[in-house]
Amino acid sequence: MIRSSPPAVELQHDIKGRSLWQDAVRRLARNRAAVASMIVLAVIALLAVFAPMLSPHPYDEIYWDRIQMPPDFANGHWFGTDSNGRDLFVRTLYGARVSLMVGVLATAVSLVIGVIYGAVAGFVGGRVDDIMMRLVDILYALPFMFFVILLMVMFGRNIFLIFVALGAVEWLTMARIVRGQTLSIKHRPFIEAAHACGVTRTGIIFRHIIPNVLGPVIVYVTLTVPQVIMTESFISFLGLGVQEPLTSWGVLIAEGARLMEAAPWLLVFPATLLALTLFAFNFIGDGLRDALDPKDR
Amino acid sequence: MSDILLAVRDLKVHFPVRSAGWRGAHCHLKALDGVSFDVRAGESLGVVGESGCGKSTLARALLQLIPPTAGQVLWLGEDIAGLGDRAMRPRRRGLQIVFQDPLASLDPRMTVGDIIGEPLRVFQPELKPDQIRHRVETLMGTVGLLPHMINRYPHEFSGGQCQRIGIARAIVLQPKLVVCDEPVSALDVSIQAQIINLLMALQRQMGLALIFISHDLSIVRHLSHRVMVLYLGRVMELGHRDGLYRNPLHPYTRALLSAVPIPDPDLERARQRVTLTGDLPSPLAPPTGCVFRTRCPMADRRCEEHTPLLEPAGPGRQVACHHWRRNADT
Ligand code: SF4
Repeated sequence: MIRSSPPAVELQHDIKGRSLWQDAVRRLARNRAAVASMIVLAVIALLAVFAPMLSPHPYDEIYWDRIQMPPDFANGHWFGTDSNGRDLFVRTLYGARVSLMVGVLATAVSLVIGVIYGAVAGFVGGRVDDIMMRLVDILYALPFMFFVILLMVMFGRNIFLIFVALGAVEWLTMARIVRGQTLSIKHRPFIEAAHACGVTRTGIIFRHIIPNVLGPVIVYVTLTVPQVIMTESFISFLGLGVQEPLTSWGVLIAEGARLMEAAPWLLVFPATLLALTLFAFNFIGDGLRDALDPKDR
Repeated sequence: MSDILLAVRDLKVHFPVRSAGWRGAHCHLKALDGVSFDVRAGESLGVVGESGCGKSTLARALLQLIPPTAGQVLWLGEDIAGLGDRAMRPRRRGLQIVFQDPLASLDPRMTVGDIIGEPLRVFQPELKPDQIRHRVETLMGTVGLLPHMINRYPHEFSGGQCQRIGIARAIVLQPKLVVCDEPVSALDVSIQAQIINLLMALQRQMGLALIFISHDLSIVRHLSHRVMVLYLGRVMELGHRDGLYRNPLHPYTRALLSAVPIPDPDLERARQRVTLTGDLPSPLAPPTGCVFRTRCPMADRRCEEHTPLLEPAGPGRQVACHHWRRNADT
């Protein structure tokens, strides 16, 4: 015994319990891939936020004399310029802003709707559950791309429409996951105990059900964000995404793919960043799954 | 009598069961089939029976966690059977429950303080957080937990400590009656005694009435004033503890008691054993007549044809058996 026992004073204070969340964070911190991924994501996010301060070039300025130039450190075009003579480094980071924002916001929308919807359906059960889940099935069956194209045609190209469209589709899976989890815990004794204590149904859903289903939900969130980014890229690739001169990774990759042979850097830089981001999210999701459910490895 | 807290009259809980096969015919699992008894203020009623006899269903049906199929549950003179959530809520203040599985009945994402304080938040929303905290800490001391553990989570406690948390949650509103559904069967024997003693001490201090459900006859003997014996969802015998343990009238009670070892070796050697043969019949297809007849050593034609009714057999004593007189005073 080198270290002495804890000092007696400590007994005067409340002992801070370790919640299951804190345990999970501790386990996550030991997962190298997940930690590295979080650092990568943080760097990309910071770059995206501070992009305009990092480079001397604005994202929409056209340099008529430097069209489609390869990367060059001398004049500050670190990633080269695109076919319109705009700086690719700044454009890629502006694209990151849009892509990450779409990913996070659309996922947040789907999270709020999906969790509440799924928890209510699962907890109330019976006919209400039947009707609510049939509605989800019907929406699932609608062709999503068709829906997006229709919205774009009707309301014009608008970034908020993309959030709405993506969020409206992603919550369906979330609702199904949360409903399944809710069904699996709603007969556990602590729910019955809450009932016996007089907690209302709403109270049980928000205080007991939702905190206990959040584990798998968080894992799913980390897998939804890259999925949304991919979908947004795909929509943009089709030319239905954000409007010029604003850009997103999808738009940049679409253009890069078109000019792949003449100017490979137009594809390489945005595609690398996109791939890094997707990988990072997936590693974090994996790490979270292990951390949240240590038995299920 | 005005001191009757809870009067149960002919309580039935049937679960619809669909038997296998195409368009399976509906039948009913009669988990409880006509149970009647009273509980007075401050007394403890032991409920014994094998597993599957409807003990847990009884606990849940009393608290309206399972809606009874028929019958009355008179709480302070008022029928609460089948009341909806909203109507039931104010009555839950006086009627609480302690569950069998101590850890599983505590929300794993909440601190002990939040768990014990939850009924306070529901019923006394005017309390400020530090008032709730103060009451929770005091109560933790009462049930034998260290108050500075208030921020800990259930998984950091042992089974016995978890059950103390469960008990604290049940008594925080100072109820009149606590239903204990096998509160110690999941715990080690050494810890069982501590929890039983805690319950008895609380009963004395707070004037609680207890319904103590257990399959362990020696524990029930230790803390009950009266004992009710259940078999396949029906009351077999009901009586004061001493009378019932000294002179069991129902063959089923005799069989249960004869399986319990007697601490006195002379008595232990001298007693006759009545062993139970056969298994518990399926509650889906209970025997006709007396439900116990398939395992009863005294069964005859009459038992097959007529269901024995619960009849008075001495002061405070009720038995459901055609031939109980043969067992009297032996
Ligand atoms: S009624 Fe008959 S079968 Fe039932 S317990 Fe009495 S003696 Fe046994």
